[in-house]
Amino acid sequence: MKKLFFILVIFFNFNYAYSLIEVDITRGNLDPLPIAVSPLHVDAQSDNLQDIKVKELGDLISSVIESNFKSTGLFNPLNKDAFVQKPDIAHLKPRFEDWSLITAQALVTGKILIKDNKLKVEFRLWDVAAAKEMVALAFTTTPTNWRRVAHIISDKIYERLTGETGYFDTRIIYVSETGPKTQRVKRLAIMDQDGVNVKYLTLGNELVLTPRFNPTNQLVTYLSYFRNLPRVYLLDIETGIQEVVGNFPGMTFAPRFSPDGKKIIMSFAENGNSDIYTMDLESRLVEKITDHSAIDTSPSYSPDGKYICFNSDRSGLQQIYTMNSDGTNVKRISFGDGIYGTPVWSPRGDLIAFTKVRAGRFYIGVMRSDGTGERLLTENFYQEAPSWSPNGRLLVFYRETKSGNDGEGFTAKLWSIDITGYNERQIKTETDASDPSWSTLLSK
Amino acid sequence: MIALTVLSLPFMIRQPVDLPPIISVELIQISDKTNIPFAPKARKVIEKVKEEEKRVVSEQAPPAAKAKEKPDRIPLPQDQKEKKEIVKKKQNPEEVKPEIRQASEFEKKELVDTNQIAALIDKAKEESAKVEKQDNKLTQSSVKNSFATGLTLSEEDALRAQIFGCWTVPLGLPYDDNLLVRIKLELKQDGTISKSEILDHERMNRPGQKFYKVLAESALRAVRICQPLKVPQTGYEKWKNIQLNFNPTEMLKG
Repeated sequence: MKKLFFILVIFFNFNYAYSLIEVDITRGNLDPLPIAVSPLHVDAQSDNLQDIKVKELGDLISSVIESNFKSTGLFNPLNKDAFVQKPDIAHLKPRFEDWSLITAQALVTGKILIKDNKLKVEFRLWDVAAAKEMVALAFTTTPTNWRRVAHIISDKIYERLTGETGYFDTRIIYVSETGPKTQRVKRLAIMDQDGVNVKYLTLGNELVLTPRFNPTNQLVTYLSYFRNLPRVYLLDIETGIQEVVGNFPGMTFAPRFSPDGKKIIMSFAENGNSDIYTMDLESRLVEKITDHSAIDTSPSYSPDGKYICFNSDRSGLQQIYTMNSDGTNVKRISFGDGIYGTPVWSPRGDLIAFTKVRAGRFYIGVMRSDGTGERLLTENFYQEAPSWSPNGRLLVFYRETKSGNDGEGFTAKLWSIDITGYNERQIKTETDASDPSWSTLLSK
Repeated sequence: MIALTVLSLPFMIRQPVDLPPIISVELIQISDKTNIPFAPKARKVIEKVKEEEKRVVSEQAPPAAKAKEKPDRIPLPQDQKEKKEIVKKKQNPEEVKPEIRQASEFEKKELVDTNQIAALIDKAKEESAKVEKQDNKLTQSSVKNSFATGLTLSEEDALRAQIFGCWTVPLGLPYDDNLLVRIKLELKQDGTISKSEILDHERMNRPGQKFYKVLAESALRAVRICQPLKVPQTGYEKWKNIQLNFNPTEMLKG
């Protein structure tokens, strides 16, 4: 008995003496992650090209990657002047001590080779503190596609460092605006998400509004005032062929594709009332989804296609509602002061973005799909039409400035903002711009 | 009887024990809250540690020793093998090699030059001390530690403040997920890390746990950047093994 007691005392004492110390770390710094993007090394055996300066291509690609990272607000690309290791050696064997000295926590290195009119790009992402490679990929494409390769590399790095998919290899379709405010020429335009490679899809003879991509980014649906009759159109970007969607006797507007791309959902106005309809693009079958004396418009599907959010003034003021995709189970979800419009369901499915007007000011905000957790992200004189980035992280919208009586001082620009409400920035466009819509990822 | 009497005599003539005079002590209640920037004791501890660190830097920084370490750190044999595989498998687009190995194994080498980073730590500490001012709740681990063994509250605060400065929290994490990352460290006497292990490392490679993986990697990065950790001078056996629980939930909620 004594022996047993003795053993127990020893055992408990031992445990007491070597209890594992635990320390809770609940705070850190929220600074952007310092990242070094080394210029990509151009292989000496690369062929020369007429249109592209091959020797500068490594710098150009790394600059695009840097610019992408900087625009996120999540990364801090370090100044290249501080880099002490040559790109070719850094790609093979980084001296992590040198990179950590300049406070880099992540390092991007790469190599390019142009042979037989093919561009081969290889990159590696390194964890400097752990002295480990995190991801390495190689791509082959035509040399003129170098910007897309830079965007794809940015996406891969972004995904590895944040845990969510990127949004750099994407496009934005918008309405390009030129001329004085009273005689605006509006054209459909498409560009890369960073504002480069702008292409104009229409000539500007008719007014165009609300362009939206289909899930494969090949088709665009939009509203056009052809012969002063506002109707929803469908445009094939590759072929340039366009057609009217459905044979409606009145005005159709606010179109958007279903998540599978098989249907277009839109509003149809007749005798002062507007309801929501869908049209199957294959069978051309038209289905009425809402049937109410109020104005129902701006429909948007949830990413799984099971639900639709829209705005309606059936309760008096314009508010946001959700319903099943067959029109049943209509629920009002917005109850704040002011009026709500242009609801768009997030690609993640958790949030709905909207425009809110209160006391003469315009807000872009988000709320959960059940209407709770409303957050207003940005406020201005006039702004509207939010559209989600494909990863549900950012919103792009347009903002107009106040003008004089003759329209002087009027501008319309595209802006983006993180759903946290931080990192609000203007997206550069060649002309004034409105009604942006973000594509899905081009390379999936 | 006589023999017994003789034997007991020395005890009878023994002098009474000379006890030291009684010192009166005032009992005070220790506050639940600690506050590094304004706690004089904590400030002293930090300054003391700073001085020691400077001394350590000067002792450990002979250039010759650094030169010897370099070849061991950079060309890892594993890396070289994997690079060969890349050449074989290049396609368009294709992953050249598997992603980073999970950090479940205890690592066998020091990867960061502690001397060079020591200079950065002082600055980080000042900044993180400000953050600490806001976070003055007594955490669960504080209670555990104060009752158990290892660190005093001041020592724990100093360590926590040091890691705050080194930890770049990945932005954009979903704050409704379970984001607790537990890292077990085995430390050397100078506060450098001899082994590190993510306790829930299996979760890193589960589908749908990319955020957890990113967070776990950022926590590991923080302790590596921070080393040598600010540990007490004494009681090595007590703090030789330490567990850090990284949880950014409160911070992400703002």
